[in-house]
Amino acid sequence: MAFINLKKKEVQAKIVYYGPGRGGKTTNLEHIHKTFRDRISSEMVAIKTHGDRTLFFDFLPFDIGQIKGYDVRLQIYTVPGQVKYDATRRLVLRGVDGLVFVADSMQLRREKNMVSLKNAEDNLKLYKKDIHKIPLVLQYNKRDLGEQGIPVLTVDELEKDLNSDLQVPYFEASALIGENVVETLKKIISLTMASLSKELE
Amino acid sequence: MEYALDQSQLEAIEDIIRQEFIELGVHCTCLIDMAGNIVANLDDGKTSFDVYSLAALAAGNFGAVSAMANMVGEQEFSLLFHKGKTESIHFSKVTDEFLLITIFGKETSLGFLRLKVAEAVKKFEKILGS
Repeated sequence: MAFINLKKKEVQAKIVYYGPGRGGKTTNLEHIHKTFRDRISSEMVAIKTHGDRTLFFDFLPFDIGQIKGYDVRLQIYTVPGQVKYDATRRLVLRGVDGLVFVADSMQLRREKNMVSLKNAEDNLKLYKKDIHKIPLVLQYNKRDLGEQGIPVLTVDELEKDLNSDLQVPYFEASALIGENVVETLKKIISLTMASLSKELE
Repeated sequence: MEYALDQSQLEAIEDIIRQEFIELGVHCTCLIDMAGNIVANLDDGKTSFDVYSLAALAAGNFGAVSAMANMVGEQEFSLLFHKGKTESIHFSKVTDEFLLITIFGKETSLGFLRLKVAEAVKKFEKILGS
């Protein structure tokens, strides 16, 4: 639910990184924070458990400059990926304008990706949002693990599992080394802004 | 899905915040939406909080407490108050979509603030539509 401030000519929009636990959502945000530190005035907020897992959400406010004369401020969130935190995931999803689904390329996590994507669809429905209509980008994370001999799903397999119905843009990424993290972000920003731009005309 | 507030609405909201809270000696008052966006934000000029992070956490916190309310059979807990040594925070729901956050020091009485919040909430409801 983006907020358009006609007095300050400012838009605030919410982008949420979704996906299974230990898939790299927080790592994405950490990389964004590191890369754009000069543009991000505040510290990244992270509500974690003692075991360093996201308990509630991570949060990063991000000024992306002007679009059509409006200052655009993004509020980037991650959800906790673990199945048991569904209630908090739903809270974070409230008012979402754009979604990045971070899938784990490891073969072991194949089922978890599909369960999490279905969960995203169900939770969006609670807010009367359709996963087929909301700005959405898929990120196939941890591609670098293949080079280390860890069995990973092929992009074709990931596409078939997750994207055959959705048909949205996807990126092969490695959040840990920052590969395609910024590209994923740019894509979701442009999709989200395109869906808002009618209002800004 | 998005919503917009125009200049006159936002000025009316800021006037209410100024008159009801800032002139009373409150340190900082924000009207936010439940997605964590800041609609209006005024402070006393002496404090500077990271209001964007604060809004994100406040919206999350309020959502979490509402979920707890449901678990004990309540529709909601419509106000929350956190007391600190020097700064305290008061949260109050305005409509289903908006939340008022007030940060104040020891010099402001909680009882008086609650009265002011109740008055302000009625005025906000008129502007925002309930």
